[in-house]
This record gives sequence, C-alpha cells and structure tokens, in this order.
Amino acid sequence: MANNILAFAESRGGDLRKVAYEAVTAARALADATGGEVHAVVAGPSGIAAKVGTLGTYGADVVAVVEHPAFADYNPEALAAFVAERARGGGYRAVVLIASAQGKDLAPRVAGKLGVPLASDLTTIRLDGDKVVGTHPVNTGKVIATVTLTAAPAVVSLRPGAVTAAEKPRSARVEPATPAGDPAASRVKVTQTIAGNTAKLDLGDAPVIVSGGRGLKAAENFKLVEELAAAFGNAAVGATRAVTDDGWRPHSDQIGQTGRQVSPNLYVAVGISGAIQHLAGMRTSKTIVAINKDPEAPIFKIADYGIVGDVLEVVPALTAAVKAAKAH
Amino acid sequence: MKIAVCIKRVPEMDVRFKIAPNGTSVDETGLKWDMSDFDGYAVEAALQITEKLGSGEVVVVTVGPDAAQETLRKALSMGVTRAVHLKVDAIPFDNFAIARALATELEGGGYDLILFGKMSIDSSNGAVGPITAELLNLPCVAAASKLEIANGKGTARRELEGAAELLEFPLPAVVSIDEGVARPRYPSLKGIMAAKKKPLEVKPAQLGDVRMTVSTMALPPDRPPGRILGEGVAAVPELVRLLQTEAKVL
Repeated sequence: MANNILAFAESRGGDLRKVAYEAVTAARALADATGGEVHAVVAGPSGIAAKVGTLGTYGADVVAVVEHPAFADYNPEALAAFVAERARGGGYRAVVLIASAQGKDLAPRVAGKLGVPLASDLTTIRLDGDKVVGTHPVNTGKVIATVTLTAAPAVVSLRPGAVTAAEKPRSARVEPATPAGDPAASRVKVTQTIAGNTAKLDLGDAPVIVSGGRGLKAAENFKLVEELAAAFGNAAVGATRAVTDDGWRPHSDQIGQTGRQVSPNLYVAVGISGAIQHLAGMRTSKTIVAINKDPEAPIFKIADYGIVGDVLEVVPALTAAVKAAKAH
Repeated sequence: MKIAVCIKRVPEMDVRFKIAPNGTSVDETGLKWDMSDFDGYAVEAALQITEKLGSGEVVVVTVGPDAAQETLRKALSMGVTRAVHLKVDAIPFDNFAIARALATELEGGGYDLILFGKMSIDSSNGAVGPITAELLNLPCVAAASKLEIANGKGTARRELEGAAELLEFPLPAVVSIDEGVARPRYPSLKGIMAAKKKPLEVKPAQLGDVRMTVSTMALPPDRPPGRILGEGVAAVPELVRLLQTEAKVL
C-alpha cells in the first residue's frame, strides 16, 4: 500500500494562496500516520518555482512545480490533467485539495480523470487502515455524514479553514515538472477575467465576516457594515439573499444555502432575521454576534451574543468601540 | 439543439432531520421531496435555450428510486420533452458511480449540451457533473452563473473568490449551473396535464463498483444557547468585552 500523499498547492496570479498551506498541513498529518512523504504539486507562470520553498515549512518533502504561461490564470483542463498525471505516476494513498472556488472546480475533474469518486468539502480527515475516512456536512449542514473511501487513490477536498496551516519544517526538494500535454491546448477558453476588488478579503479566507440583511433598510446603509468590517481590519463583507436579490450587493457576496458556506472565527449578523436558508451558510461559524431590532428573530437562537436594537444606531457605536479596542 | 439535464430528487431542507435507525441515512418519515434547487435552474436554462432557438429537445435524466419519477414528471410539466429514469433502490453516495450510470446513458445520445445543477442540495458534493464530463471526454464549465448558446458554441460566466471570469467553449459540452442563470418556472396546469402523456423511460442504472459510502450520519452538536446582552447602544461595551475576553476574537 502506497504511503505517500499528494497535496495540490493552489496559486493565483503567480503566488501561492493560504489554502496551499492548509492542503500541505492536512497531507502531512495523513503521511505522518503512515510514515509516508508529502509531495506537493504547483502550477503557475514563470517565477513561481522560486516561491514554493515555503511549502516545506508546512511539511512538504517534495514540491513538483511546472512553470508555463498557460498557468498564469486558472486553467482547469490542463491543471486537472497535470495533477492527475502526477497522482497516477506516484501511486499515492490520497490526493488532497482544498474546496476553494478553484478547488471545487478542480477536484472532481481530477477524480474523474483518475476514475475514482471525490469526497468533497470534508471538515475532518483520517486514515482507517486502507481506507480514508472524513466528515462532510450534508443537508445544508443539518446532518454530518462520515464518509468512507475505498478507492485508490482517495481523492478528497477539504473545506477551507477546516485545517489550520501549521509549520512542520522539512527541507523540501523542489523539482521542475513538465506536463505530458500542451497546457495551452484547452477546449474551454477564458476570454475575460473581471477583477473584483482585489484588496478585499475573500469570504472564504476572512477570519471575520460582517454580514448585512434587510434590517439595514436601504442599500446606502450597507456602508455601516463596510465600516464595521474595516474596523476589524481582517473582515470580509457578506449579505443575505434578500439583499443580493434586491441588487444592494453582488450575487457573489451571498451567504446561505444557495450562496457561500462560511465558517469564520467571528460572524457578525447585522439586521439579519436568520432565515433557515441563511443559517445554512453560516451556522458553523465559531462565534456568532447578532444585532437586530426584533428580539424574536431566529438569528438570536444561534447567536452567542445578541444585541436587540436599531442597527443604524448600534453598528456605528460598535464600529467606534472596535476601533478603540484595536487601538490599544 | 438536443439538451440533457441531469436532475436529483432531494428532501426539502426546512425541517429538523432525524437519523434513521440504520445510522447511515436520514429518517425519511414525513419528509417532503422536490427537485434539487440548482437542478431547477438547469432545467429552466435548458428550456430557455431551446425556446430562444425556436427548436430542440430537452431530456431529463435521473438516478434514483421509483419515487424519483415524481421529480422527472415535474420537469416534464415545466416543458421538458421526455425523461429517463435510471433506477436504483437507493442513491449511492459514490459520485463516480452516479456519473458512470449517467455517462453510460448519455454517451452516443447525440446531445449538444449536458446540464447539471452545480451541486445537489442534500449531499453537496458538486462532483457528478464534472466527473461525467471527464467520462464523456467533453469540455466542462462548472458553476456557471450565466450561460448563452449561439452559433454552435457556448459562453458562460463563473464567479470566483472576489472576481469573475467569462469563458467560451465548443459544443458538445457539460455545464453545471449556479443560481442566477434562470429562475425556474412553475409548471402550468396545461403543462401538468401534458406531462402525464410524455415519454418516461425506465432502465436499470449501471453504477459499477461503489467505492464511497456513508458509514454514519449524525446530527451536529447543538450550539450552546446564546445570550442577549441588552438593548441598543448601551449593550455595545459588554459585547466588545466578551469578544475580547471570552470569544478572544478581538
């Protein structure tokens, strides 16, 4: 039985993303259980090879890296082919990805190419003899399924943030790799990338999320949510479906059953009543704060801390208090 | 234009689930069932494409038990041409096995476009569509928030983290649909009557080996009961104190 673990280290714009270290950390834990090695795989534009040594800090023994202009942007067909090729060549026990926007797209393609199922969006993972076992929230997070994979290799994606990147230094061997096919020969072409606010923290990466709902009464009051997020400094802004449907915020900000599912350290729900579809997207947050004028709002049932009041008054006061606390 | 839409029957989510005595599934007593949310968007998108082109056929396919025929009938009542039921006693959790059954049915069917919802709302894997694309060796766009088909090719938009991308792809192709593409229509009475006479073919699903199973299902631990700290601006200092000293997030 193969003991080595393959970790896909995600990059964007020529730099590794935070989730790359999460993948390597998770792979390290699996490899330590069997005495195997962690092999990380990276694809990016010219210059990325010089930046991948940090994966060793988190436990990679080998980093296979391909530099090609066609990998400057996310290139699903070529990337899936490359990762599957590395997976086939190495005889791995498991292939670990992170279920980020890119990973959610990539992981099933890799599994499909390898002819195996994908255990996706896992919140925990471990080995059980020859099997890989993980937990996966189903039914909008209301039920937790423990999933057993008997396929070889076991292809898994982990929910972003489920594993905290932890240093476990190895002197990683960085090995240049060449994909078998031409990375530029993709059937699906990206014709345009519409950059959002790149300075903005993504909902999946942010340790704090401040989210607004209809209780804000008008689109222009969303600036209160943004100001509170800015006061935390490490916060992203989310919204309910009602708000994105009304066009107050872009669709990509929606948290809930049909939007993003997040689990930050702190979730601040501003003027959100707590419809079941919204709770499905944020109920696994570590600490939940709710501010709402209706003391009977369902959000207070799952909030650790609640304030009953007018968000237009309470939020600016909270913003000032958070700023003051941060200043100390 | 011949379009296949792969759909799934799932329980409605606005209930408190109970675990079945076998410990590996939810107790189905009293659950209501419907087409998975994103699959509804996919059916609507397919209907709009053929309506816009003025011709074409939309076929829905599902893997499921006998009761899944209700979900196929719903799609037929929305305006789909015909349905294929790939019959299993229970839907396996193995997304490769499901993709294999679908690919076996779809291969050689002459489809220009194969649509999926971006994920099923119950098992939430989002894997069956892209795996099916791999098995059929077709180009694939996952989680499209916009989709247009014209002049034998497709264009789509995908939402990324803090960005979006526009894509172009040749047909035939596999696309999984995010919400935003098209709100599903309600079946009309005429549609419901017509659906009863539309063809619904039943075949055994060719799943092959099942290599991913659910070993246990459990309810998540309840959150500890929350505290209302007070009313209005006066409660803010206490909230900040607790965020610093108790939750340690500030």
